[in-house]
Amino acid sequence: MSQKSFIESTLRGFTEAFSKALISEQAASLPGLLQCFDPRVRVVGVLALAVSVVLCRKLAVIAVMMGVTILLAITSHLSIWSIARRVWLVVLGFTGLIALPAVFIIPGRRIVLLPGLHLSISAPGLRSAAMLVLRVETAATLTTALVLCTPWVHILKALRALRMPTEIVTMLAMTHRYVFLLIETANQMFESRQSRMVGKLSGRDQRMVIARTAGVLLSKSVELSHEVYLAMLSRCFDGEVRVLTDFRLRALDYLGLTGFACAAWLAIWMGR
Amino acid sequence: MTETSVPAFVVDGISFDYEGIPAIRGLSLRIDQGERVALLGANGSGKSTLLRILDGLCFPTTGSVNFAGNPLTLENLQRNGDALTFRRQVALVFQNPDVQLFNPTVFDEVAYGPLQLRWRKEDILRRVNETLSLMGISHLKERPPYRLSGGEKKRVALASVLVLDPNVILLDEPTATLDPRSQSQLIDLIQEWKGTAKTVVTATHQLDIVEDIADRIFVLEAGTVIASGTPSQILSDQSLLLRANLVHAHRHSHGNIVHTHPHSHDKREQ
Repeated sequence: MSQKSFIESTLRGFTEAFSKALISEQAASLPGLLQCFDPRVRVVGVLALAVSVVLCRKLAVIAVMMGVTILLAITSHLSIWSIARRVWLVVLGFTGLIALPAVFIIPGRRIVLLPGLHLSISAPGLRSAAMLVLRVETAATLTTALVLCTPWVHILKALRALRMPTEIVTMLAMTHRYVFLLIETANQMFESRQSRMVGKLSGRDQRMVIARTAGVLLSKSVELSHEVYLAMLSRCFDGEVRVLTDFRLRALDYLGLTGFACAAWLAIWMGR
Repeated sequence: MTETSVPAFVVDGISFDYEGIPAIRGLSLRIDQGERVALLGANGSGKSTLLRILDGLCFPTTGSVNFAGNPLTLENLQRNGDALTFRRQVALVFQNPDVQLFNPTVFDEVAYGPLQLRWRKEDILRRVNETLSLMGISHLKERPPYRLSGGEKKRVALASVLVLDPNVILLDEPTATLDPRSQSQLIDLIQEWKGTAKTVVTATHQLDIVEDIADRIFVLEAGTVIASGTPSQILSDQSLLLRANLVHAHRHSHGNIVHTHPHSHDKREQ
């Protein structure tokens, strides 16, 4: 791996994080399907769909739910290409790795025999792995759609309205608020390092640079979190999330809630 | 300010340390209501820590602090009613604006304090818009704070405090990171508070602004007050400024004689 590719790709990653955040802010203000519902309806609806997908035992039904999710994303003006890159590929990588052994371990009708490896892919194994991956893909897509279509403070307020403990909501709020500052700090640290580097570093040294930066960043984040808490306290923070927007359920929200509930119930019933 | 009125702050022999490293040592001072005070000191002299103690964010290990005649203690601030009353009256602008800006947009940032104080929605909207306009940042209201320049962040941080219209304003290095124009606008604003009921406590090491922003100065060194007086008294005492590391001895030679004299970087033309 070249010197530029390693450190510069880290820098590029930070820049991308910023632009993703901007895309998220833009999507939340678009007049899409998810955006037209009250944030509480969105949170409950997405949660219900995600739970139904997890409880579903039939691959075909999970696939239909994935289709519904994609439709929901499209009608909410989200870029499917962007979701594919940001969610599907990542989930496929992680969950695929976990699901892979099942393809070979679960006994059943053999589909393919891998020559020279004494391993065979069984039909039940393949179905189990596909179900796991598709379940996670659908649930991750649903939550991504929720986060992209809802301003973060509205999600937090909705969670509080749904009786989520204050401590958890506060932790979520702080994490989201300061992730950008930490990204910016990390970016500056890498840029500063980059500006003082002459010649090429070995792969080992580059990994050391990244590890040291991560260590310093962790120390800084601990200090920063304390400072931020003091600043919030100074401006009357009492653990409650308050926003200017008043949440009011309209007829459309009740309709949406019914729609989400029906879809979730149907998925559980048909996939039992 | 009359002699009989209750002082804003009475600090009596306080000490504070950060994990064994002393930051404040036996510090005492009194700040009257409506007074404009500067805490003048070099880096590490304890200015920021003192401001945090005055804002009830940390509490001294020894000594006591009274605000408006009442003890400023953790126990008192843990009572919701007392905390709200105190926070409504006292506001701190942090040295690093990044720690103070944690909302998705500038508008939300400025509205954060009033929302926490449970103001009426109409009042919040009106007051936030007025404050944004006063600070000349109305055009930034939809922008996320983390995408602003250093000077813009500082203005937003100031606006987020001024919107509450507190009686006591604590400013930690308010002109740091501001360009000269923004600096003078801020100084103008502090000057406008002269003669009003507002108590303004500014921590700074900039000698060139203290005459404009303060009627009284406390000079801090190693966590304690080493002198206090009017700006003209303090600024004319070169040995005091030298001791407090606010000026340095400039050394140069006249022929074969090495000559030293105190030297500061005052931006104003003499």
